[in-house]
Amino acid sequence: MAEKTLKSIAITLNGEPHALEREISVMQLVESLKVKLSRVAVELNREVVPKANYEDTIIRAGDVIEVINFVGGG
Amino acid sequence: MEDTPFELGGKPFRSRLIVGTGKYKDFAETKNAIEMSGAEIVTVAVRRVNITDRNKENLLDFVDPRRYQILPNTAGCYTADEAIRTCRLAREVGVGEMVKLEVIGDQATLFPDVAATIEAAKVLVKEGFKVMPYITDDPVTCLKLQEIGCIAVMPLAAPIGSGLGIRNPFNLAIIIEQAKVPVIVDAGVGTASDAAEAMELGCDGVLMNTAIAGAKDPIAMARAMNLAVEAGRIAYLAGRIERRLYASASSPLTGLIG
Repeated sequence: MAEKTLKSIAITLNGEPHALEREISVMQLVESLKVKLSRVAVELNREVVPKANYEDTIIRAGDVIEVINFVGGG
Repeated sequence: MEDTPFELGGKPFRSRLIVGTGKYKDFAETKNAIEMSGAEIVTVAVRRVNITDRNKENLLDFVDPRRYQILPNTAGCYTADEAIRTCRLAREVGVGEMVKLEVIGDQATLFPDVAATIEAAKVLVKEGFKVMPYITDDPVTCLKLQEIGCIAVMPLAAPIGSGLGIRNPFNLAIIIEQAKVPVIVDAGVGTASDAAEAMELGCDGVLMNTAIAGAKDPIAMARAMNLAVEAGRIAYLAGRIERRLYASASSPLTGLIG
């Protein structure tokens, strides 16, 4: 978890408040979570982000992000 | 015996058993049970990545999407909107267009919200999803879902996880007779005979999770279900005898010793 600094960017990540040290791309966020790209999907402010756009999609202050994966279910 | 292939969304499958991945002790047991079940289609749930425990194993490392058709579900969704969002996210993971749509209407019974399921199905079909809705065993609703363009209908046999078996074989029989898409019994199966019964009625497939994962020996139950679905299917194709009130002797009535 990033240290909160004056410049930190407050977002909501999977329903919890989360601080980023700087603006990062969705790709950088996924990498920071140490999950395989082929195992996850990301929603930014209720819209799915296509994987092809991860590099170019920058996360801004106030953004609401969901990162999901598959778990056991019936 | 010759059987027509079990086709879903234009893709042929050998096994008519679809299994879930919930409620297992660990991923290794999940993997073994699926293997033993012979299933080729496997349901999964869509949930938030655990942010705090980043080294957690991933289900797909045990259930290889190249080997199995992954069928993401919308379990836990109570509105059409939640279910649609969940499907869109699931598709972006990259395992295809097939989704098991469930919009729950009641927490205690987990019965579907029929109106919300139809609403979500309409949107998802338009967006190119191959929608397989979990639904009440109601022939009218199943027809509606078929007309919308769902690739299968999945009436429940009994409440999810209840193990009560086929509660209304007569409704199922009507649904099967009317359906032009595969009918898959989803939910309520408790043991092998329930699965066989569904197949004997003429269902195209059976979907189950708890009946296997919750058994004392899930691996053995997975095998039992594999055999039951196959046995039920063959019995259906073979054509059972008519039920009759009185006996019909199997041994010749002539040539008896006197």
